[in-house]
Amino acid sequence: MSEPLKFTYSVDGDNFTSAGQASVQVKKVLRRLGLDPETIRRVSIAMYEGEINMVIHAGGGEAEVLIHEDCVEIILRDKGPGIADIEQAMQEGFSTAPDNIRSLGFGAGMGLPNMKRYTDDMQIESQVGVGTTITMRVNL
Amino acid sequence: MKISEIRDLLGAAVLCGDEMDRDILSACGSDMMSDVLAYVKNQAVLLTGLVNPQVIRTAVMMDMICIIFVRSKQPSAQMIEFAEENGLTVLTTPLRMYEACGKLYAAGLKGNGEVNE
Ligand SMILES: Nc1ncnc2c1ncn2[C@@H]1O[C@H](COP(=O)(O)OP(=O)(O)OP(=O)(O)O)[C@@H](O)[C@H]1O
Ligand SMILES: [Mg+2]
Repeated sequence: MSEPLKFTYSVDGDNFTSAGQASVQVKKVLRRLGLDPETIRRVSIAMYEGEINMVIHAGGGEAEVLIHEDCVEIILRDKGPGIADIEQAMQEGFSTAPDNIRSLGFGAGMGLPNMKRYTDDMQIESQVGVGTTITMRVNL
Repeated sequence: MKISEIRDLLGAAVLCGDEMDRDILSACGSDMMSDVLAYVKNQAVLLTGLVNPQVIRTAVMMDMICIIFVRSKQPSAQMIEFAEENGLTVLTTPLRMYEACGKLYAAGLKGNGEVNE
């Protein structure tokens, strides 16, 4: 097995305008690598939702994308407030986003369900007051 | 439905993009980006009243080909530039969301669940 290609990005939690830029970069990288468009779209959407969540719910964090021989792995780490009830957070329509976030087009409570839907595997590790790590895999 | 037909039906102005002959197969109207991200269809158009960079990023992530801003909303020059870099056509129409969607639907452009053949 060769070493996976690895890309890391820091996600600025203070700047909503730039939220999603890491996902845009990843999409470019995957296109350059010649992955098929459907796979690229699934990775892009899942990472984009996760990146936005880090900005609006967790004050930013770090994103790591690993391109393995058989899958693309996306790891999102933040030191935000954590998620107390993961099962509840995974439900479509559940959101704690305040009105100012809704007026920016987020807070439908669809992000985590979308991430699950577009990936082949998703694991959430979260501790209240410590942070959240989400690991997603899209098979190639 | 071609982008040129959409432009004419909605009395829309073209802010960027010159591929008026491109075919649109489905449409989605929403101001909530995660609702948009939930339903991927090919060669889709997004109608929205929200104006911020996330609208363009959402469309790019989904490989959409056209964005229509309703109620004459004007995206910033930066947003238009980013859309253009990604091959998106951007239109703006004076119509409200309901009317814009209704006109396109009545003219035969289907939504997310029922894509045109
Ligand atoms: N990284 C995170 N840190 C802390 N809480 C989070 C994080 N990600 C999600 N959450 C919590 O889980 C809830 C559901 O997240 P989800 O992405 O599904 O919806 P949303 O972000 O509120 O709205 P949408 O994604 O539709 O714009 C959030 O409202 C928030 O309470
Ligand atoms: Mg979200």
